[in-house]
Amino acid sequence: MTERRPFRWHIVVFLAPAVLVYTAIMIIPLFQTLNLALFNRIEDATRFVGLENFRTLFGDPRWSASFWNALANNAWFFLIHMLVQNPVGVMLAALLSSPRLRGAAFYRTAIFIPTILSFVIVGFVWKLILSPIWGIAPGMLASVGLKSLFAPWLGQEATALTTLALISVWQFVGIPMMLIYAALLAIPDEVIEAAEMDGITGWSQFWKIKLPLILPAIGIISILTFVGNFNAFDLIYVAQGALAGPNFATDILGTFLYRTFFGFQLQLGDPHMGAAIATAMFLIILAGVSVYLFVIQTRLRRYSF
Amino acid sequence: MATARSSAGRTAAAHGILILYTVIALFPVFVIVVNAFKSRRAIFAEPLALPTPETWDLVGFRTVLGQGDFLLYFQNSLVVTVASLFFVLLFGAMAAFALSEYRFRGNLMMGLYLALGIMIPIRLGTVAILQLMVASGLVNTLTALILVYVAQGLPLAVFILSEFMKGVSADLKNAGRIDGLSEYRIFFTLVLPLVRPAMATVAVFTMIPTWNDLWFPLILAPAEATKTITLGTQVFIGQFVTNWNAVLASLSLAILPVLVLYLIFSRQLIRGITAGAVK
Repeated sequence: MTERRPFRWHIVVFLAPAVLVYTAIMIIPLFQTLNLALFNRIEDATRFVGLENFRTLFGDPRWSASFWNALANNAWFFLIHMLVQNPVGVMLAALLSSPRLRGAAFYRTAIFIPTILSFVIVGFVWKLILSPIWGIAPGMLASVGLKSLFAPWLGQEATALTTLALISVWQFVGIPMMLIYAALLAIPDEVIEAAEMDGITGWSQFWKIKLPLILPAIGIISILTFVGNFNAFDLIYVAQGALAGPNFATDILGTFLYRTFFGFQLQLGDPHMGAAIATAMFLIILAGVSVYLFVIQTRLRRYSF
Repeated sequence: MATARSSAGRTAAAHGILILYTVIALFPVFVIVVNAFKSRRAIFAEPLALPTPETWDLVGFRTVLGQGDFLLYFQNSLVVTVASLFFVLLFGAMAAFALSEYRFRGNLMMGLYLALGIMIPIRLGTVAILQLMVASGLVNTLTALILVYVAQGLPLAVFILSEFMKGVSADLKNAGRIDGLSEYRIFFTLVLPLVRPAMATVAVFTMIPTWNDLWFPLILAPAEATKTITLGTQVFIGQFVTNWNAVLASLSLAILPVLVLYLIFSRQLIRGITAGAVK
């Protein structure tokens, strides 16, 4: 005789608030946005237009030029992060984790401070420092005899995007530093001692023993950086405005989405084209996350101790 | 002997690089705060000097506190952050308890469903979120912001908290059941106090992006009465861009609360990051 268990209402009660809020505010709007991209306003009526908005986005020269510009800028933004932020983060973490280092907690706390500041603060602080009017940056370069190197980096098309990417690196280097530091601390002493017995120390110990062991952490950092960068908006908006000047040289997908969807100055907001751009961003981020989950993560060898 | 000397040299080099990077990390903040207390003339003449009795000037702070509604903005940010934090922790812990404690059909799927939001940013749904808020009359209310930040914070909260709750002793909960405690009492009086460290970690992770966000305040609640401090600072600086004293003072005022919170919670934050990564 099997007695049916009574329905466990408490499970529903525990899950309901989180699932309801999450579904209503996050999941449904996300799919509605994807859906909106398939409609457009034609003669004061919202009509289903299929993939027409995407044809405009990629086919119409006015739209596609902006889109590819934003995407290329975004890719460059990401590349700078991968090439500068992550190696610097690994280096700092490796130094911090060296045994018997005094003051490690102080360095850790101090280097992480920029990460907690808002983009508004970071954007304006650097704008002021790099400003040719105030003269902190030119003054400092002059004091080491390099005044000729100074240029209004944020105002020039050729250098503005790289400068902003480096500012963003300055802000976020604390995150890779912290995660790698944790991964390095997790390596058991026996492994290091065994390496030392075999005469592997210093640099070669880092390259041959530690680096392979922290590769999974580097993988996680890379995907976090990817999602963060292709979703970035605030820093560019604060430092260069929604027009992402000079002449759209710093326009990335986030600012392009904002301008399109919300309108700016003479341009009217267009929710349907905005939704199309959001869909494109969604697919890019989804592709990146899938590559990470199905290609990179499965190939990274994990060691359990 | 030789190894000892080379290790001393290596330590010195490590300190050198770390000090250099610490200076790079802190220098911009230092410059802003120092110059906020100086007169306009001194800001331009000696930007790197500390304020002296001759150059001491609080005119920037007077402008900021007189012109902008900074206290109101600050209060808005505080309300939004504290309320979001409360609901993320409460709802997140409840869901994490259900997922980690009970076996039921669809448990794994539910966990994956809630984890989706860790990787897919909520911003991509902005177009429809704005329509939803317009339709429900929540535009320019703090409620709209709180709802969005709760939805944004939940996925990571559920993920971290359920990992921790799996570690709570089953004997303890079963002892409670034998004593006739309801499932709710077990959750609130036995389990919650035990996962307090994890809650603190989640709190820090939720608090920083909520306090610093510019996107949703800009789109959902740009009205004067509902501006957050982040948006308020941004708008204020846009208007006073040539008044250097005011700009520097408002930046200093925006840096302070976050810095104080960080210094209080930094141990917790660092422990949270390292514990999460080690797993």
